[in-house]
Amino acid sequence: MSEKNRSLGAYRDVCPPGTLDLIWSLAERLKGLSLLHVNSTRMGGGVSEILLRLIPMFEELGISARWEVMTGTPLFFTATKCMHNALQGDEKFPTAEMFEEYKDVNRRNVESIPLDADIAVIHDPQPAPYIEWKPAGARWLWRCHIDVSRPQKKVWYFLKDYVSRYDGAIFTLASFAQKLKIPQFLIYPSIDPLSDKNRELLPEQTAAVREKYGFPVDKPILLQVSRFDKFKDPLGVILAYKMVKKTTDCCLVLAGGGATDDPEGSEVLARVRSEAEADEDIFVLDLPPDANLTINALQRLAHVVIQKSVREGFGLTVAEAMWKGNPVIGGAVGGITTQIVYGLTGYTVNSVEGCAYRIRYLLNNPEAARRLGENAKEYTRTNFLITRHLIDYLSLLSLLLADKPG
Amino acid sequence: MEVKELLGLRADNEIQLMELLEDVSCDSIYFHMHSYFLRHSFLSGPYTNDFANWAAIQLRDRVLGEKLAGVSISPDRGLDDVRIELIETIDKHLLQLMSIPSATPGSPFHFMSSQIVEIPLGIQVDDLPAFLEILKNVHSSSIYYHIFEARIRVRRGRNDFSSWFDECLGLKDLAAEIEKIDFYMYSLEDLRSEIGRLCRMELET
Repeated sequence: MSEKNRSLGAYRDVCPPGTLDLIWSLAERLKGLSLLHVNSTRMGGGVSEILLRLIPMFEELGISARWEVMTGTPLFFTATKCMHNALQGDEKFPTAEMFEEYKDVNRRNVESIPLDADIAVIHDPQPAPYIEWKPAGARWLWRCHIDVSRPQKKVWYFLKDYVSRYDGAIFTLASFAQKLKIPQFLIYPSIDPLSDKNRELLPEQTAAVREKYGFPVDKPILLQVSRFDKFKDPLGVILAYKMVKKTTDCCLVLAGGGATDDPEGSEVLARVRSEAEADEDIFVLDLPPDANLTINALQRLAHVVIQKSVREGFGLTVAEAMWKGNPVIGGAVGGITTQIVYGLTGYTVNSVEGCAYRIRYLLNNPEAARRLGENAKEYTRTNFLITRHLIDYLSLLSLLLADKPG
Repeated sequence: MEVKELLGLRADNEIQLMELLEDVSCDSIYFHMHSYFLRHSFLSGPYTNDFANWAAIQLRDRVLGEKLAGVSISPDRGLDDVRIELIETIDKHLLQLMSIPSATPGSPFHFMSSQIVEIPLGIQVDDLPAFLEILKNVHSSSIYYHIFEARIRVRRGRNDFSSWFDECLGLKDLAAEIEKIDFYMYSLEDLRSEIGRLCRMELET
């Protein structure tokens, strides 16, 4: 069955007991509702992966769901990347020309995208100005997927002018909440356990990936899967690996996917390649956005998965690795601290040295690594699967409709 | 189901926590005394209320963590009484300190609250064996609702399971046994198992 045609019933065996009954009961009162999602990329990145699965689920439940993707110019995406970084605390500031392009591109997009829907969810800063064209009577939510716990104030105040006009905002973590006069809701992101990236694989499928990339069979694999982005700290991972290598033999795989709205990726990738080129046990894989089966196999081949981000919205790769029963070492930032319960489902670390220490510990204590991995899988089943995400959305939609005047 | 709301209020140290406890709504107090159960249905953490966990972990003040963990909610006391006990606990504790414990950078306490969306699941049972069968597979949020929401926020006085066993099935002993459980010492999955165990014992007698 193709991913798009998979029915909700297929999740019965992987989600916690009673989940599907609850979903159908929640959806009963929402039948016939029209729902619009808008974001800025259809391929690559966590947001599009989640929408790709949620939209057919809403449809199956009788909710008319639409997903529109805005288009932009190179300057627009440079501007929004700059805003994205500034909202995550970066010192760079978008230029006046960038702000103008941001507004212009939104204006042009709105002309070609129908906005009629009972409820709209507008994702991230890129289409935030759409609120200026909100139809009367509709309820609109701004869904923020990025870490805005310490934003650069000037950019945040610019964006806040738009955000404040929504009927509510959804953040990924409590620490991302802002001083706003609109209601702010908390919804964790999720992974799809039946997608190509997360479903069970045959041993020969994982073996084929090992063979394709030439990973040694006699060395444990350390893996970080993430975009080549400075906030994911791939260079820090290489440093940690080099520290571990002094005492415990292993190899390192850095696998990155690209997102079409991330113009800085190639620059970071070049630096990673330069750091890695002298070591034949470091594998840098620049994967296309649809390399889901490869990423799945890599996560199943890995002995320890690392997500050493220094800023992070949520870190879906952490949940993906946990779902495969991996012990995960993550940077103690953003959503990673919610996913990794220290010492129970993995370890959070605050430095290259801390990362190296925990890698050494797990490589040398396979029983402890196995126990963490088992806990991690069950923790993900309860908290981070797409079925839980769907329940959260349905609950919020019910609440919005109940509060609707008239 | 619970829709979680962020209030945009944060405490960085024990004094700020105490001051904000004076101002936030009873819903927020309730949320932080109970949210553990919805977020941690599988693994057990150190304490079952957020204030105690934050004090012990982020403030690294284990004594306050233990004291706050001892503050409990019950059907016979209002949430404002709980608020006062939390504030007094922090206040008395602060009098014994030479300096004010502050959270590690980036780990303030974020106040939240929640709204419950009540969803009829359309599942009906008429006797104990059928109840036991459904209990095995019902979503854990339903267990949460019928135990915690029913007792405190909906203020039905006791948990819905005990009420039904007593009033509809005439199983007064089973109702009393279930009401005797210290619900705050269990995860939702553990409660599912414990209630199931008591029901099976009742069927065997």
